[in-house]
Amino acid sequence: MADHHPTGIKRWLFTTNHKDIGSMYLWFSFIMFIIGGAMAMVIRAELYQPGLQFVEPNFFNQMTTMHGLIMVFGAVMPSMVGLANWLIPMQIGAPDMALPRMNNWSFWILPFAFTLLLSSLFMEGGAPNFGWTFYAPLSTTYGPPSTDFFILGVHMMGISSIMGAINVIVTVFNMRAPGMTLMKMPLFVWTWVITAFLLIMVMPVLAGAVTMMLTDRHFGTAFFDAAGGGDPVMFQHIFWFFGHPEVYIMILPAFGVASEIIPAFARKKLFGYSSMVYATASIALLSFIVWAHHMFTVGMPVAGELFFMIATMLIAVPTGVKVFNWVATMWQGSMTFETPMLFSIAFVILFTIGGFSGVMLAMAPVDFQYHDTYFVVAHFHYVLFPGAIFGTTAAVYYWLPKWTGKMYNEKMGKLHFWLSMIFVNLTFFPMHFSGLAGMPRRIPDYNMMFADFNMLASIGAFGLGLTQILFFGIMVKTIWFSKEKAPDKPWDGATGLEWDQLPCPAPYHTFDTPPKVS
Amino acid sequence: MTEKAQKTKNKSLVLRLLGVVLGMFLFGFALVPLYDVFCEITGINGKTRGQAIYQKTEINKTREITISFITNTNRGMPWDFKPLTNVMKVHPGEMNEVRFYAKNRSQEAVVGQSVPSVSPGEAALYLNKTECFCFDQQLLAGGEAIEMPMKFYIDADIPEDISHLTLSYQLYNVTEAAVTVAAQ
Repeated sequence: MADHHPTGIKRWLFTTNHKDIGSMYLWFSFIMFIIGGAMAMVIRAELYQPGLQFVEPNFFNQMTTMHGLIMVFGAVMPSMVGLANWLIPMQIGAPDMALPRMNNWSFWILPFAFTLLLSSLFMEGGAPNFGWTFYAPLSTTYGPPSTDFFILGVHMMGISSIMGAINVIVTVFNMRAPGMTLMKMPLFVWTWVITAFLLIMVMPVLAGAVTMMLTDRHFGTAFFDAAGGGDPVMFQHIFWFFGHPEVYIMILPAFGVASEIIPAFARKKLFGYSSMVYATASIALLSFIVWAHHMFTVGMPVAGELFFMIATMLIAVPTGVKVFNWVATMWQGSMTFETPMLFSIAFVILFTIGGFSGVMLAMAPVDFQYHDTYFVVAHFHYVLFPGAIFGTTAAVYYWLPKWTGKMYNEKMGKLHFWLSMIFVNLTFFPMHFSGLAGMPRRIPDYNMMFADFNMLASIGAFGLGLTQILFFGIMVKTIWFSKEKAPDKPWDGATGLEWDQLPCPAPYHTFDTPPKVS
Repeated sequence: MTEKAQKTKNKSLVLRLLGVVLGMFLFGFALVPLYDVFCEITGINGKTRGQAIYQKTEINKTREITISFITNTNRGMPWDFKPLTNVMKVHPGEMNEVRFYAKNRSQEAVVGQSVPSVSPGEAALYLNKTECFCFDQQLLAGGEAIEMPMKFYIDADIPEDISHLTLSYQLYNVTEAAVTVAAQ
């Protein structure tokens, strides 16, 4: 089979190959992760001690806003799409994604969208400074001029995500190899299909919200302006109707990764395959009816608070099923603890801790205390960093031999893991306490009584930031400077079409003829 | 499956999914009127109804409802605005009047619009205003001051567990919008 492909810049600009596009998404998301991380370093440097030492408050607000936007839309989401592109075709025995040219366009929109967004830092008035949740009227009436570029950037990212999601659904529904029934698919494919449905349903609502923002700002409408008969609270309802499914979009693929890696290193089949599928689908369905738990303090009537509280607590049930199944998979398994497994086990434990603070936040009356404090910041960073990011990191270590034919250095991988483990907890655990003690979110300076917790968190953050440089070094060394070729089956417990039937590295074109599925 | 059949199958699914995307985009906009509908059905928004007509019913002298009045002016609204009575005790079914004072502190004419809100939200349905400055825009010349009356009665069938209402008026500067309408 001819394995040649165009070379040079043209290869990357015009490729329709899912492996190339997957790699581009992954490298792009890593660059965004570093940029967003640099912004976090600015935040934590300012918050290292009480007082205003390094930045002006308005610039601090730009950092918190852009950190959120870049991490959510530039780091986490594209990294998941990168994994989808690499893995889904190989795992279902398809030669490529269903719509390869749209796939290329989905990726290439992103560098332009983020150049636009990041360039706002240099515009007059500065970058968006109203939080990644851009509530009206702070964003509509009082936002800087760059807000309109922010809106355009969000539209572009949304189009990219929607096209990517359509591609995933059509690929999985129409291009599975004969014998690959839905209930035989790897769980990563299942979680991504469900994620794709969430994406096509809620990204358009976000597009509607930012369009309403744009017309309020420039075309005389008053969707969110009370003076014109509109309602700022309605902005929150529309935003969070998108926003809550969005956070499940960010985590479900990581659930799928854990469900692949843990069985491989426990050398035992995933416990409760079908309950894992149903639990994921339940989480996705429930995610549509809980949005107002982000708005408990907005002045909702008691009936509303009760409904959203109970629905939110309900989501803990299928999530608990998944955690239980991962643990049950390990139970009496024959485990070894290579780097992917370490990140996956840490994912299960630390994501669960994030889930506990989530259940606390779900209780409407006590959320009156926690809302807009660092307790919320602790919660979502636990589910996003040791959750989504550790999940993606585990996936990269696990599948790297398949993608590149090279094996990473296990000692260095473990070092990366243990440093990440220590620093991620040092950064975010103290935030539970400063939040409970009353420290508000999104502030550049704080009361002396929060000083110790903030110092610990900042030290942790600096360590966590440096650790990513180690990760980058490991990847570069492995991919370009490693002489050791990975064996075709680097993980003896790994199963699935990509491990059973393809060598390491996988050829540029795979499964041009459909494989036999047992 | 032939490549042609594969492409046809893919195309039809893509079209259906794009339909979902379009539908959800329109749903986002539909949420705007739906929001109002939901509030009206449940009555939980604290929005009062429009102008009411006084239904002469039995005044329930056994119940006393306390009603407080508060006012707010929006940024960019150079008026003094306050109720001349802060708290009233009224009986359900009884017609009452309260007066509000407004003064335009600036030198130019300004048009104001008041938007009422009632707390608790459920009580809004039982507050009936027969005459209110909030039904119209108010034009005040530079330096002009007026007293604005508001006549209301509380429904006789207001639930037993509501004994205190707060009526809040937020005053907005709508001079620009009013000028645009006048010019058209």
